[in-house]
Amino acid sequence: MSEPTLANLSVRTESKSSLVSPELRILLEDVHLSFGGRPVYSKLSCGFPRGKISVLMGGSGSGKSTLLRLVAGLVRPDSGRILVADEDVTELSERELYRVRERIGMLFQHGALLDSMTIFDNVALPLREHTELSERDIAAEVSRRLTAVGLPDTEALMPRQLSGGMLRRAALARAIISDPEIVLCDEPFSGLDPVNVRRIERLLVELNARLGITLVITSHHIPSSLRMADQIVFLVEGEAISGSPAELRVSTDKRVREFLDAERDDEPAQPGAHA
Amino acid sequence: MRLAAIETLGFRTVTLITHLGRIAAFIGSIFLHSVRPPWRVRRLVGEVFDIGVLSLAIVCLSGATVGAVLGLQGYTTLSRFGAANSLGAVVGLSLVRELGPVLTALLVTGRAGSAMAAEIASMLTTEQLDGLRMMSIDPVDFVVKPKALAMLISMPMLNALFICFALFGGYIVGVKLLGVDGGTYITSMENAITWEDDVAGTLLKSFIFGALVGFIATYRGYTATPTSAGVSAATTGTVVVGSVTILLFDYVITALWGV
Repeated sequence: MSEPTLANLSVRTESKSSLVSPELRILLEDVHLSFGGRPVYSKLSCGFPRGKISVLMGGSGSGKSTLLRLVAGLVRPDSGRILVADEDVTELSERELYRVRERIGMLFQHGALLDSMTIFDNVALPLREHTELSERDIAAEVSRRLTAVGLPDTEALMPRQLSGGMLRRAALARAIISDPEIVLCDEPFSGLDPVNVRRIERLLVELNARLGITLVITSHHIPSSLRMADQIVFLVEGEAISGSPAELRVSTDKRVREFLDAERDDEPAQPGAHA
Repeated sequence: MRLAAIETLGFRTVTLITHLGRIAAFIGSIFLHSVRPPWRVRRLVGEVFDIGVLSLAIVCLSGATVGAVLGLQGYTTLSRFGAANSLGAVVGLSLVRELGPVLTALLVTGRAGSAMAAEIASMLTTEQLDGLRMMSIDPVDFVVKPKALAMLISMPMLNALFICFALFGGYIVGVKLLGVDGGTYITSMENAITWEDDVAGTLLKSFIFGALVGFIATYRGYTATPTSAGVSAATTGTVVVGSVTILLFDYVITALWGV
């Protein structure tokens, strides 16, 4: 059975056998979730390959951020299995989940840095909590990571003193300080200017290329998603449609086309186009 | 009709039991984290500073004012019976046994308890607590425990300070303004207040109030709805529930132990 693509509109036609692959780092199988009686997903199945960049797309309220929270074990599904690095997070207790989360970094939409701590203390926190490193080594590591995300000399600042883009990058430094295998990014480009979008996009691509981190990113930003993604998972009406960016571009799925064409309609008209 | 009423009653009972279970689990979690490392001393000291040091002004000023009013009222009342010399005893006993712990707890609930609930609820709203979970750090251990313990530690100390300033306020009004003999004022106070009953009782009360306020504030913040209205509700709820609980427990403690 061929891998489903957006081009052939195979809305979740992946069989379980095709999903269970050693190349998949994250696997959702028949996941059902509802909030207050309103179903978010019914029988959602999809996978995210190891060492690749996967971008989750879909309209507002399609459940992109919730899917990341399911993978992280922050939300429990009503039914179904969620395998993360070979462990079913739906069956783990909160304490057992901490073991899995040590292998996951998460970049929250608004950074989620602790606002009572400096940037240094925020980024150093995972190392202080889970390693025996000396303060000197921690300081060196924090400085290295902050420089890597383009934020040198910000250690002493408080989160409220940073702009949205800087905050996002500081949060990324914290998410990767423990060298996680998987990084989940919730809307890393939202509300940013084009320069910052490019900067964060470059950082994420570098992370994936240099360290082989499995990245799962939710985004509404179609140009950057098409540029950076190895796989795109389109969430629509509680189901997932997976494919490569190339397949997405030529997709004839009405729902996918509607989403992409809406973006195109927003682009400014070329001078003389209507002449 | 009758079936619907039974269903409603059953639903409410289950909800109540679930809620009580959550409260018990939350208290148990704070307790367990409190008796095992990491101790988080630096965060605890920071919280004691926030609750204790930053409440100093309001506690001292309120204490002095309450003591002064008590001196004035006490003198007027006692003079009618020719017992103005007992002013020290009346002011001292009222403050140590009752007014000190209760008023301090009410002041700290309004000043520090509400701030504590608002801070935790804001952290919930801005995903900071989830951020901690993603770093494999238990928010109860990292955020809630230091705040609850700091309240437990600060309350008796603030109570002691409140009483000291109130006694001083009462002395100024009674002795300096109204002319009660200073030696008589102090001696009657010394003779009336006993360490084992009154001072131990006030410490017990303030310790229990500290535990109650610390728990209510952290629980309200931790279980708030993650919206700005939720933060507001958590803050208001802390003050209302905290104040009523303090007054209720004050009666219970007094009735049970006579302090």
